[in-house]
Amino acid sequence: MKLLTLNFLTCARKACKPLPTSFPLHPADATLATTETAFSPAFLRNILPRLDWPALKGLCDELGLPGVGDEAPGPEALFEDGELPESDEDIVGEIEAGKRPTKLAHDLHQLLVETVMLEGKLVCASCGHEYAVKEGIANFLLPSHLV
Amino acid sequence: MLPTPSTSHVSFDNVYEPAEDSYLVLDTLSSASETAFLSQRFPVHAPAPLALEIGTGSGVVLAFISAHARKLFGHTNVITLGTDVNGFACRAARETVQVACKEHKAEAGIFTDVVAGDLASPLRARKVDVLVFNPPYVPTEELPALPDDLVVPGREFERDSYLLSLSYAGGEDGMETTKRLLDSLGDILSERGVAYVLLCARNRPDEVAAGLRDAGWDVEVCGRSGKVGGWEKLVVLRIWRD
Ligand SMILES: [Zn+2]
Repeated sequence: MKLLTLNFLTCARKACKPLPTSFPLHPADATLATTETAFSPAFLRNILPRLDWPALKGLCDELGLPGVGDEAPGPEALFEDGELPESDEDIVGEIEAGKRPTKLAHDLHQLLVETVMLEGKLVCASCGHEYAVKEGIANFLLPSHLV
Repeated sequence: MLPTPSTSHVSFDNVYEPAEDSYLVLDTLSSASETAFLSQRFPVHAPAPLALEIGTGSGVVLAFISAHARKLFGHTNVITLGTDVNGFACRAARETVQVACKEHKAEAGIFTDVVAGDLASPLRARKVDVLVFNPPYVPTEELPALPDDLVVPGREFERDSYLLSLSYAGGEDGMETTKRLLDSLGDILSERGVAYVLLCARNRPDEVAAGLRDAGWDVEVCGRSGKVGGWEKLVVLRIWRD
């Protein structure tokens, strides 16, 4: 399960949904891995305004990953002037002529799209329920008395 | 015609096999009217739309949306996600989507995950921009209870027929699950959100559409297939707000 997915997930229990503490879910006992995925700086530009930055920063801290900075970067921080290096020639999505993706763009791609949680738990800070992640599949099924 | 994603790796003993209804959803989403609608609603520089398929089964529909994002939206800045209550389906769908996206790398959006869960229950409120649901729509005497875990107890045959029943058994009028989804649509969809929901004739699509309009939604039949006694056997409703 990608770290990007966590930006959109919350506790599945109805009673928790309206409570601010039900997002973000907190990882525990996480085993992380990297999956190579096509690099799309244009996608990153469009996903930036949808990211809950404090939640992402907290997630990095909890997982012991390199921090992402306190302030959400603007879209301009993802591109700089210069020729597209050979290593970036297989990027997908549109890119302006004479621009190339910055190191921050590469870092965010690696963090959001390529880092996956293979095993572990996602914990709701509101009710304490632990959602298991097994073989990369997060399980949000609930016993009926908890729905 | 866009190529249909391969599901040759999927075991259909316990995962719903793509059928006429799945193909109707694919044809509808890639039709001229819907690609125009989606491209206009989610332009290339807008915040990336989140497309959620509920009940992915084999993943053929989610793979189609993910791998052909450029055809559907006019660009690839799209994020896709699926849910299913069947753990076998979650794993199968993930592979179907990953294979299709690799095959159409330059056309594909960003596929994230298939998570196990009921409808959109694992999602934060009002984040979904494109919702696709091919529900369990067959009228049945009883609605099977949802699994409460990925491990379903029982002997293999019973387990598999139970898991398959989740993909088609819709309870009263075949509408029990669909109704639950439609009633919570306002909490799932973003302001720019749109839902595509498949119905069969026995679900009484006209009445469903009228009910949605009463609740303030815009509704249009944007896909149809097969005729039974002058009635369309299956329809796809587009549900949105302007
Ligand atoms: Zn909770």
